[in-house]
Amino acid sequence: MVIAVVLLALVVFTVIVHLASPWWLTPLASNWGSIDSTIEISFWVTGVVFVAVNLFLAWVVWRYRHTNKHKAHYEPENKPLEGGLTLVTAIGVAAMLTPGLIVWANIVNVPEDAQVAEAIGQQWQWTYRFPGDDGELGSADARHVTVNNPFGLNPEDPTGQDDVLINSHRIHLPVDESVKLYLRSTDVLHNFAVPQFRIKMDLVPGTETHQWFEPSRTGTFDILCEELCGIAHYTMRGQVVVEERAAFDDWLARFPTFAETQRQPQIDLAAGEQLFTSCAGCHGQDGAGNPDQNAPNLTALTPDYMARQLRYYRDGIRGTHREDTAGQQMAAIAQSLFSGESPGADQRNLLAYIDQLPDVDSPATIDGDPKRGRRVYEPCAACHGVNAEGRPMLSAPQLAGQADWYLRRQLEHFSLGWRGEHPEDQYGTQMQLMTRTIKSPERLENLLAYLSSL
Amino acid sequence: MTHIAIADQEPHLHHPKTFIGKYIWSQDHKVIAIQYASTAIFVGLVALLLSVLMRLQLGYPETFEFINPNVYLQYVTMHGMIMVIYLLTALLLGGFGNYLIPLMVGTRDMVFPYLNMLSYWFYLLSVIILMASFFVPGGPTGAGWTLYPPQAITEGTPGAGVGIIMMLASLAVFIVAFTMGGLNYVTTILQARTRGMTLMRMPLSIWGIFIATVLGLFAFPALLVSAIMMLFDTVVGTSFFMPAILSLGEPLQHEGGSPILFQHLFWFFGHPEVYIVALPAFGMVSDVLSVHARKNIFGYRMMVWAIVIIGGLSFVVWAHHMYVSGMNPYFGFFFATTTLIIAVPTAIKVYNWVLTLWRGDIHLTVPMLFAIGFIFTFTHGGLSGLFLGNVVVDLPLSDTFFVVAHFHMVMGVSPIMVLFAAIYHWFPLISGKQLHTGLGKLHFWGTFLGTYAIYLPMHYLGFLGVPRRYYALGEASFIPESAHALNEDITIAAIIVALFQIVFIINVIWTLRSGPKSERNPWGAASLEWQTPDVPPKHGNWGDELPVVHRWAYDYSVPGVEEDFIPQNVPDSEVPGHPEHPEFKPKDSREED
Repeated sequence: MVIAVVLLALVVFTVIVHLASPWWLTPLASNWGSIDSTIEISFWVTGVVFVAVNLFLAWVVWRYRHTNKHKAHYEPENKPLEGGLTLVTAIGVAAMLTPGLIVWANIVNVPEDAQVAEAIGQQWQWTYRFPGDDGELGSADARHVTVNNPFGLNPEDPTGQDDVLINSHRIHLPVDESVKLYLRSTDVLHNFAVPQFRIKMDLVPGTETHQWFEPSRTGTFDILCEELCGIAHYTMRGQVVVEERAAFDDWLARFPTFAETQRQPQIDLAAGEQLFTSCAGCHGQDGAGNPDQNAPNLTALTPDYMARQLRYYRDGIRGTHREDTAGQQMAAIAQSLFSGESPGADQRNLLAYIDQLPDVDSPATIDGDPKRGRRVYEPCAACHGVNAEGRPMLSAPQLAGQADWYLRRQLEHFSLGWRGEHPEDQYGTQMQLMTRTIKSPERLENLLAYLSSL
Repeated sequence: MTHIAIADQEPHLHHPKTFIGKYIWSQDHKVIAIQYASTAIFVGLVALLLSVLMRLQLGYPETFEFINPNVYLQYVTMHGMIMVIYLLTALLLGGFGNYLIPLMVGTRDMVFPYLNMLSYWFYLLSVIILMASFFVPGGPTGAGWTLYPPQAITEGTPGAGVGIIMMLASLAVFIVAFTMGGLNYVTTILQARTRGMTLMRMPLSIWGIFIATVLGLFAFPALLVSAIMMLFDTVVGTSFFMPAILSLGEPLQHEGGSPILFQHLFWFFGHPEVYIVALPAFGMVSDVLSVHARKNIFGYRMMVWAIVIIGGLSFVVWAHHMYVSGMNPYFGFFFATTTLIIAVPTAIKVYNWVLTLWRGDIHLTVPMLFAIGFIFTFTHGGLSGLFLGNVVVDLPLSDTFFVVAHFHMVMGVSPIMVLFAAIYHWFPLISGKQLHTGLGKLHFWGTFLGTYAIYLPMHYLGFLGVPRRYYALGEASFIPESAHALNEDITIAAIIVALFQIVFIINVIWTLRSGPKSERNPWGAASLEWQTPDVPPKHGNWGDELPVVHRWAYDYSVPGVEEDFIPQNVPDSEVPGHPEHPEFKPKDSREED
């Protein structure tokens, strides 16, 4: 008896939840409205069946509940009824499948005029590649990947030389133009998904997959990895910026071609030493840093990391939050640091000079339990290395040897959103998400004590 | 063709004398069934605890210090694998299959009792290996229950060293156990039915268990070979599934393997696995509905053929799990079509369950409540499957919480509703005692309403695009604050459902200790298992003589007959009110004309 009423109530409740749900498909931003229509058809067909079957069930349970007055009917089979229901079901299924297959045919057949681009996934970051003037992507393979060739392009392939490499988690695409996005992974399975575009596809190491779509409105959309790819899976985020053609062209022109990234420039250590005098005031002659000046230990940092951070400071990506006074200071210095004729060469010389300074260890200043901290460090180790030595291939800086007060401040800034908030900060979102694993001040101190002990 | 000599193996039955022989190294299918069921329920409780831990992290991502991404993924993986393989498959087939087959087809035991005993001990070994992986360095694997390579065996995934090896070894041992049990079930059903028990007189429980076992015998080898191949890849350094890749920036010495090959093998097992769980549940719920509605199952022959057809089709739909895997996209046309076709026989089963209740005499007992609950949850879960099976609709929903909600409704909640229905239904037969009705109803309402509160809203997180297997959602432009609040609510519902299972455990323990003795056949069931000379049945099941079957298992409320059921082993001549009965007196004089 109660169950009949509850079934009725659940049907009503389900319909209300469906109609009133604030959680629904995100507003569409691609050409795949036909997918939404198929979902709508599916909802109507399945919704009618759900309501009909369960209301009938509720009625039956109420109407034929046990009383002493009636005996059950004896009817083993009813061919016309069974046949009729089968036919109706088959029609309902066909009503969903037919539009589904028609839309799928559109998804399978990529338009010939679609532009080509490539998204590359690795644990746990996105990068992208566009073809150069020849309109063709050069061949690539995980076996070609080195620190100097992180995209793994085949150096012998002439078609790859003019490919434009986007070493960023953000890709820009022109609005209203269809794009065939090739997908490539250098390590494990990943999945390129943008909820507003509706479609998604796995990246499979050893082979290349693709998907096509046509962004239909401008804006910034999140890319999520939706195939489990290891412990930092949830931090593997990117963004698609859809904009007008002209803005897109300007954006693309800012990135180097493969050939440009392969040139090995000359290094002048003497020039670097000269430039370092302006750093030594805070960071010390030996580069070991100084807590009184808020200056971290430079000898514990690698040139590629420092180069990226100097760019962030210069371009207003880091050191902009008003509470981050030390960051603001560094941003001002970075903007005035390379005022010479060739700032690129100056920076390279400076970083090369810092790189050859002998490593200096930082004294521990924070009390914590390194044994417990080791457990906190567990998820960090995948990128930063088991001994916190850093992994340049993953752009993860060295943490061992760095000053603990500095690391503490950076971790706090990440979790407060003072650092890593800028959309161009490639690893900022990731670090913000990773700091959520720390969860308490004691655990943070234990972590830092562990890092100091390495 | 049945072989009575095989069914009636009384002279050869090994009657144990000692406690150990009777309850530990037992060859009695009923003891083995209870061993299987207790072990499965124990690991099931572990998996339930893991799901609560997982939900704590999703609902309160900032709170629980001991849950980091590594352990979170380990919870996810172990929860899934335990529930699917070590709980559902083991409990439905090793537990209920073992208990019901000999009793329902009228034989004294399985045809290979010794093999049956070995099957359980191999199963226990696989469980021990699995549980041991919690205590090895690095912990159990956190690769997700699908164990996709390369990720499952490369650094950056928890348990990529020892944990995954333990998991693969445990699976291999489990499959050995399943094969020994499965061969037994199939042979017993085909060869050892008692006189008169034709295939089309078997209860649907047996049909479901039978076809599910056949599926298992075809499907598990695919998992076995993929487990062995992955073991080779990780231990010996072969490249079955491993192309040339980097692992956290370092090149590995593999080349030429195919990660998608693993997915094909895995899902060639994995999809039939859904039906290995579903078909026994379909069968058992049919019997529960029929008994408690005092009405024959509606459309018995259609129900049998639907089970057979679903079983057959389940081998040609596997790649619907792989629409976005990067396989040849043209496969989408084929697999979407086969997948949606499978909806037709499945829908027929749902209609026939409801039509079994229609014009019945519905006793709202605890087993019946769970069975009605099953119809509701299975309808919901089955219908959401039509979204995911239709390849284009799968694109936005794949790998989101919609998938999680769907498969929990269809192969989590629904089979578990049936398992509870079955436990409450057959408990008097197994133990001679009846579970407490009040506690049973409390357990039902908490479980039924609670699980719906978990999974109904979860579908909508999926529509929103919230991905599964995320340690923390963090900020994304399309995820509103309310989604985080909803995650909290789902967690609360999950904890409540978990707590309600304590009611069940208390009920079982209390009943076994001090519950009143039940009647011999408290539900008035017509099928053979309730007609044994002793309840609970003794070793050998049937006393001196095997029963002879005279009718199908669904003679309820037969017109003209006084009792509202006729047991399968009662001939027409012994049914009061039946025209064949010696004392039959026609009531209506017109019939004499």
